Amino acid sequence: MSTTSVTPSPEEELPATTDSIFRARLRHYRQGDTGMVPIIIGMVILGGYFQLRSSAFLSAGNLTNLFIQSTPFILLGMAEIWLLLLGDIDLSVGWVTAVGAAIGVILMDTQFHWKWYLALPVAVIATTAIGALQGLITIVLKAPSFIVTLAGSLFWEGVALYLIDDNNAGGTIPTQGGAIHDIVNSNLTPLVTWIFTLVVAGGMAVIVFNKDRARRASGLDSAPFFETVIKMVLLLGMSIVLVLLFNTNRGYNTAFIHLKIVGMPYAVPIVIAVLALYSFILFKTKAGRYLYAIGGNVEAARRAGVAVNRYRLLAFAMTGFTAGIAGLVYASTLGGISDGIQGGQLVLYGVAAAVIGGTSLYGGRGKMIHALIGGLVIGVIFNGLALIQTSASVEFMATGLVLLAAIAIDAVARRGASAVGR
Amino acid sequence: MTDVPEPPRSVEPEIELRNDGGSGTSSLPGSPLLSIRGLTKHFGPVEALRYCDLDVPAGVVTALIGDNGAGKSTLIKAIAGIYAPSSGQIFWEGKEVQIHTPRDADELGISTVYQDLALCDNLDIVQNMYLGHEDTKFGLLNEIDMEVETTKLLKDLSVFTVQSVRQLVGSLSGGQRQAIAVARAVMRDTKLVIMDEPTAALGVSQTQLVLDLIKTLASRGIAVLVISHNLTDVFAVADRIAILHLGTLISSGPASDYDTASAVDLITTGGSTRIHSPLASTP
Repeated sequence: MSTTSVTPSPEEELPATTDSIFRARLRHYRQGDTGMVPIIIGMVILGGYFQLRSSAFLSAGNLTNLFIQSTPFILLGMAEIWLLLLGDIDLSVGWVTAVGAAIGVILMDTQFHWKWYLALPVAVIATTAIGALQGLITIVLKAPSFIVTLAGSLFWEGVALYLIDDNNAGGTIPTQGGAIHDIVNSNLTPLVTWIFTLVVAGGMAVIVFNKDRARRASGLDSAPFFETVIKMVLLLGMSIVLVLLFNTNRGYNTAFIHLKIVGMPYAVPIVIAVLALYSFILFKTKAGRYLYAIGGNVEAARRAGVAVNRYRLLAFAMTGFTAGIAGLVYASTLGGISDGIQGGQLVLYGVAAAVIGGTSLYGGRGKMIHALIGGLVIGVIFNGLALIQTSASVEFMATGLVLLAAIAIDAVARRGASAVGR
Repeated sequence: MTDVPEPPRSVEPEIELRNDGGSGTSSLPGSPLLSIRGLTKHFGPVEALRYCDLDVPAGVVTALIGDNGAGKSTLIKAIAGIYAPSSGQIFWEGKEVQIHTPRDADELGISTVYQDLALCDNLDIVQNMYLGHEDTKFGLLNEIDMEVETTKLLKDLSVFTVQSVRQLVGSLSGGQRQAIAVARAVMRDTKLVIMDEPTAALGVSQTQLVLDLIKTLASRGIAVLVISHNLTDVFAVADRIAILHLGTLISSGPASDYDTASAVDLITTGGSTRIHSPLASTP
């Protein structure tokens, strides 16, 4: 067996050749860590297909719509990832989202007329409490989260319908131009859109370069400078394209009506902020680390002194918290709430978004950005299929097939990693 | 032929103890790191351990051998704080101690590596090494320091076959995983490492890796207590051997006092005419 030294000392550090990086990447892929490359390729192919079938697909208006349609899926995916990392699941997240939406809309847009800075936090606190309650029951009863949240799904469906129907005989409560309405229908100004995007992209570049610099200073190996530069240039390029897209006028322009709609909808920075915060927690804090450990080997975590139940409860609460945010955004896309809300389907999209993006159902593997990619993929499917005017039945079948493909990739990757499964 | 339990007395170990300027006065001057006297453990009517006497000196590899059901796991679990003894005394650095919980054992400096290793396959080596006691800076994980320290520790322990400390533990071979589990056990001021069947599931070259690691630990002054079924491995690495038979520690002494034939005799029948030192063995 060759004895390769674990890390070259600073004096003898070899220049990282393209060949060695390529080998390291290859080793990652063989280990099963294909990352999001397959699914991003898939999304590009899908997008290309839809653009061929309907040239309106890549228009500014349609793409903005696509982002907006995707945000509930993205948020629901992030809600599920908190529990999927543990090897648990929340089957009630769709109806908890509906409860959150109902509370928000009822407090703001009916006889209560609360201000948004009171109504929205109350809605989110309520869903967080629901999540924590289900977590507590799961932990105390030592029951599978699958069953507890299944019961929860039925219960909170009842609660949601009670809230909606009890307040309005018509079974529908529209938003009336308040904050909830504004989430997807109002936009940042073009200038603020630029500032926001450049700050976020610039901030990410600073973080990545800093990390590399600190690693080099401590004598650890890191990705070569030019690779980091290329990644940051790509990121900046994509950000600029995104801003140009949002700032293109997507309003009506006819002889009689000149309606200017420009700028990034509020929903986008909301999702970015949630993504950034959650990723920070998962990668940079002990709590996040322990969630991965519990999902990988709960007995090992316990023996290492991790307070397993405390972190499980935290994850359940975070699922509830995210469901509340998802509810408010979803209510915005619907223009209100109605008793026709499909809570049962929402949970499926949440799980699908997470898994399509690359999160494992077995626990221990996943990142918040998976929900972003997976949610966008589902959005592309729905948006594209609607644009070429297929029926809803085809949309469902297509989404089901994509989810199946994602699960297949997950299964193959796990075998490649030769990781011990659950 | 079982030993009559003897009262605690001064012991002259064959190998010089590491002088670590220990913890104040001892009631047993010159005593080994860990001494067990008269340890007994009942589980209801079942007597799993009967009046066991054992010395585990620092800087020495002590192998605990015996047939299935002889009580090896029970004995180490009593030391590790998982079982409370029914009677008997445990002396640590010469002073009597009570080990009631794994945390008590941990505070004394006793680390145990169980057969299932308790590693998280989805985390990399650094993350596994620091699980439960991560290094933080301003409340955030200090990845760089942890990675540097892990690299240093593995190099100190002469574990060279791992390519990158950022490899997922799930992708390591059995021997490497065992090495990581052992390295984790000695990370924090550990004075005694207990290993339960460390080579049981390993192939030949991986076994060698682990045996080398065990010898490295002993050479750093750490006491190593190894349970093993494999007499070849035992004789390859042990400085002292202790034999359990039906719950009683029937014989212990330097490894040179035993050979495979006498060891097998003692394990299976509880007695042997083949060993050279008197059977009234010194604990």
